[in-house]
Amino acid sequence: MSANNYLYLSAVLFTIGAVGVLVRRNAIVVFMCIELMLNAVNLTLVTFSRINGQLDGQIIAFFVMVVAAAEVVIGLAIIMSIFRARRSASVDDANLLKY
Amino acid sequence: MTALHVLAAAGDPPTHEAVVFWILAPIAVLAALGMILVRSAVHAAVLLAVVMLSLAAFYTAEAAPFLAVVQVVVYTGAVLMLFVFVLMLVGVDSTDSLVETLRGQRVAAAVVGLGFAVLLVVALAGTLDSFHPKGVAAAEGGKGNVVAIAEKLFSSYVFAFEATSALLITAGLGAMVLAHRERLTPRRTQKERMEERFARGGAAVAPLPGPGVYADHDAVDTPALLPDGGIAVDSVPEHLQISSARPHVEGVERELER
Repeated sequence: MSANNYLYLSAVLFTIGAVGVLVRRNAIVVFMCIELMLNAVNLTLVTFSRINGQLDGQIIAFFVMVVAAAEVVIGLAIIMSIFRARRSASVDDANLLKY
Repeated sequence: MTALHVLAAAGDPPTHEAVVFWILAPIAVLAALGMILVRSAVHAAVLLAVVMLSLAAFYTAEAAPFLAVVQVVVYTGAVLMLFVFVLMLVGVDSTDSLVETLRGQRVAAAVVGLGFAVLLVVALAGTLDSFHPKGVAAAEGGKGNVVAIAEKLFSSYVFAFEATSALLITAGLGAMVLAHRERLTPRRTQKERMEERFARGGAAVAPLPGPGVYADHDAVDTPALLPDGGIAVDSVPEHLQISSARPHVEGVERELER
């Protein structure tokens, strides 16, 4: 087995996450799919760090985790305040800006 | 340093890494697929935890033990806990509706996803053939993964690291502002609530009767008996009356009739 298999796995996981964002209607599950995509990219970064023999990939993966944590905090707070206003966590119900 | 670590750092991945990969990769892919297929959001969160834990195992196999630990602590620990916490606030029963808002959107999304996956895999297969992993052992310089990462983080990446702290503070503040709710009415004091209760008068002034306990029942849902032999309905907590207490109350009523 070569290390390239990790890259294929991460491509598959990223695609599944992207399809989930397109398909699911619950805002929280859409968020989980975004997390899945971020995780897949992290796997790519770690694998490339190993292929190239540099540690920078691992450090960037670490920064991605930090940014993902911040993003989750803000995103879930937004979902909560939308839920308070509209009593629904569905992405279809937040349509006030729709033409 | 484990044997796995040394071998993984030296060149081509060892065979036991292949075993780990071929066991965990199908689990991760199936869990990810399940995540977008199950209706319940809580089940999706559990499946996401499976994916994240298998990714942590992959990081360990790829000689990145620091990231593996951070993955478990930050993702499976903090982020998923936050997800489940918000799910409980928003309502666990908030399952997805099966009605398609845009007609044919799911099929289109599946087709786009399949096309994207094929594109990625073909592009990877076309470019990656010549790569042989060098391993990070040389970059670590015998100091170990954590020390090497720390040295890089606090030298080349120190400005990015400082920017991260600003980002985290902003995120914390933002979450507090977004989750904050203004109190629209003044808080009712205990004095006001007492005055309301006594203004209503009657039976509401006295405390509720305690539950009845007899020789054959010692449960809280056993109703107390009134002096005239009837049942004090107030003695059974409201939510117990609805579910389990009804048979009990009826049983006591039957015994009274005998």
